[in-house]
Amino acid sequence: MTHVPFNQQLLNACAALMLLLSFAMLSQRRIVSLVNLFAVQGAVLAATTLLLAWRTGAGHLYFSAVLTLALKVAFLPWLLHRLIRRLGVYWDTEPLLEISGTMLAGILIVVFSFGLAEPIAHLASTSMRNAIGIAVAVVLLAFLMMITRRKAMSQVVGFLSMENGLFFAAMSATYGMPMIVELGVALDVLVAVLVLGVFFFQIREQFDSLDLHHLERLSEHQ
Amino acid sequence: MIELSFLLGIPAAGAIALALWGARGDAPEMNAAFSLGTFAAACALTLRVIAHGPQLLWREQFFIDAFNVFLVALTAFVGLTTSLFSRPYMRVEVAHGRLNPGRLRLYHSMYQLFMLTMLTALTTNNMGLLWVAMEGATLSTVLLVTLYRTPQSLEAGWKYFILCGVGIAQALFGTILLYFAAEKVLGAQGVAALEWTRLDAVKSQLEPTVLALAFVFLLVGYGTKAGLAPLHSWLPDAHAEGPTPISAVLSGLLLNVALYAVVRCKVLVEGSVHSALPSRMLMGFGLLSVVLASLLLFRQRDIKRLFAYSSIEHMGLATFAFGLSGPVATFAALLHMTVHSLTKSSIFFTVGHAAQKAGSQLVDDIRGLITLSPTVGWGLMMGTLAILGLPPFGVFASEFLILTTAMRQQPWSIPILLLALGIAFAAIFRRVQPMVFGDTQARRLPHAPALLPVFAHLAIVLLLGLYIPPYLADWYRAAAHLIGGR
Repeated sequence: MTHVPFNQQLLNACAALMLLLSFAMLSQRRIVSLVNLFAVQGAVLAATTLLLAWRTGAGHLYFSAVLTLALKVAFLPWLLHRLIRRLGVYWDTEPLLEISGTMLAGILIVVFSFGLAEPIAHLASTSMRNAIGIAVAVVLLAFLMMITRRKAMSQVVGFLSMENGLFFAAMSATYGMPMIVELGVALDVLVAVLVLGVFFFQIREQFDSLDLHHLERLSEHQ
Repeated sequence: MIELSFLLGIPAAGAIALALWGARGDAPEMNAAFSLGTFAAACALTLRVIAHGPQLLWREQFFIDAFNVFLVALTAFVGLTTSLFSRPYMRVEVAHGRLNPGRLRLYHSMYQLFMLTMLTALTTNNMGLLWVAMEGATLSTVLLVTLYRTPQSLEAGWKYFILCGVGIAQALFGTILLYFAAEKVLGAQGVAALEWTRLDAVKSQLEPTVLALAFVFLLVGYGTKAGLAPLHSWLPDAHAEGPTPISAVLSGLLLNVALYAVVRCKVLVEGSVHSALPSRMLMGFGLLSVVLASLLLFRQRDIKRLFAYSSIEHMGLATFAFGLSGPVATFAALLHMTVHSLTKSSIFFTVGHAAQKAGSQLVDDIRGLITLSPTVGWGLMMGTLAILGLPPFGVFASEFLILTTAMRQQPWSIPILLLALGIAFAAIFRRVQPMVFGDTQARRLPHAPALLPVFAHLAIVLLLGLYIPPYLADWYRAAAHLIGGR
């Protein structure tokens, strides 16, 4: 058996955790827990970044880890919890697809992602190239969650989890994007959540609910 | 250099100033003044690029060549005319009680911010910043689509946010893949490995498999924003439910900017993969959009929704022309982007006035514009004839060029295109004709419409149909050469 260095094992464990958390989010219907899972996923992402920073000695990765920690582990979950309390949405209604069906679809997605990532992983020289498939899977699983959920809040958590997957992809393929781009993306995510907060109150004011099936009046026939 | 600082600085200052100034009496005039300043800066920048050739500015983070400078000028011009149109239009909306001063403040501030994000997306040399600016363009317009807070507008805003958010996430993945491929060739240089000019210089060495995969994601991502089928469903909703000036800039400008991003990516990928894959994908998506939009046009009863579907059709046509490649097709595509943008925004101006007079956007409720307000009626009729591709308007010239090139290169596509254009003609004309010439019992309404923007746009479109000035033709040709190569 070949020897795998300890920090490499840690990185692999982080990658596995990312995927596990994506599945946990897919099956979780309590919105408060969903936000907590999102925060944990952010923490795993920050840990991965930190490990990579330590390993490669790239200064901008330390900064990126702090940014992830501040934004995705602390600020966004805090904001989402506040929104949940103010709006009183605690449970998602029955999802469009049974949980078991969604999980099965999720497994297929993981297989597909590894197939898709194969040519990239083949070319990558980073120590995390095996994780590229996992990153693609995290993105697509978040996408699946957005499709199958009805509550606006769950869709937003799916959207943010997708962003996590994309950062993880950048990390495993190229040790992160240039600083200016990461800052810009982080700014966009932040503004997006603030805009959504405003938006939720508008939806609630109009419908007294955050259930998206109210938002289905606009059809082609108008 | 100074021109670029003004071009980006004026809308940035405008967004802040208008947010602070609020909805006091002269806020609409201030909005127009800031837009005028932006347009002046765009003109100065254009003159500079014409005189001195492509410019690489601010540590190579901004790059202006023949391709994007014409879009910068167009964006600033339509931004100016739309701000002139929105001046009386939004006042009437406030008078009708559909808006309150707080929302008008939001509207003006976000209008300037939207211009800033679009101009940044056009001028940046960094593919990552391009992504950030495109996402910024979505975020700054989401709250404008929901400005009226009706259930329909909230649904439209939600759809717009989620679909474009997911779409743009795909584009981010594409950008990551692009960076990944570039790092292999350029080494770990940080920001430099995402600069378009550097990527362009080494594009033949970039890994073809990675770039082909990246292009799929980039095309789906930016294509969603350009309204390409099958990811177009946000577009009609967002156009129909937002205030009309926003429909005009979304349709006339944002779609162009998104298509610009796709074309920039295509140039890189084509240089790397050495196959027809990117061109075929553009042609496929373009043709699908043209066909699907023309079929859906028949079912539309809402006038803004009708013209939103027409935008999908025309963006599809331009995408198809970019897919044909070669200088002539690319020339035609650039011309088509220009004339579509001018014509479609002028149509939205007249439709906005007409819907405001009738108090409804439904085609059946708007009748006899020619008697109610002859200028609005004639403006709408002329705009409709122009967008349907009738000579002597510019859309005819660009569509003619696209069709003749397609006939030579991809003859199989001709019957499909002609049929789709014919269906679109019938679908739009049968709705607009009674709106303009039908009988009406309604009274003439007192407020005067803003017609200068409408007729200015139509005059330019007419001019471009009759005669393209030589320097403009050279300019298009230079841009077409940059993109089309060969």
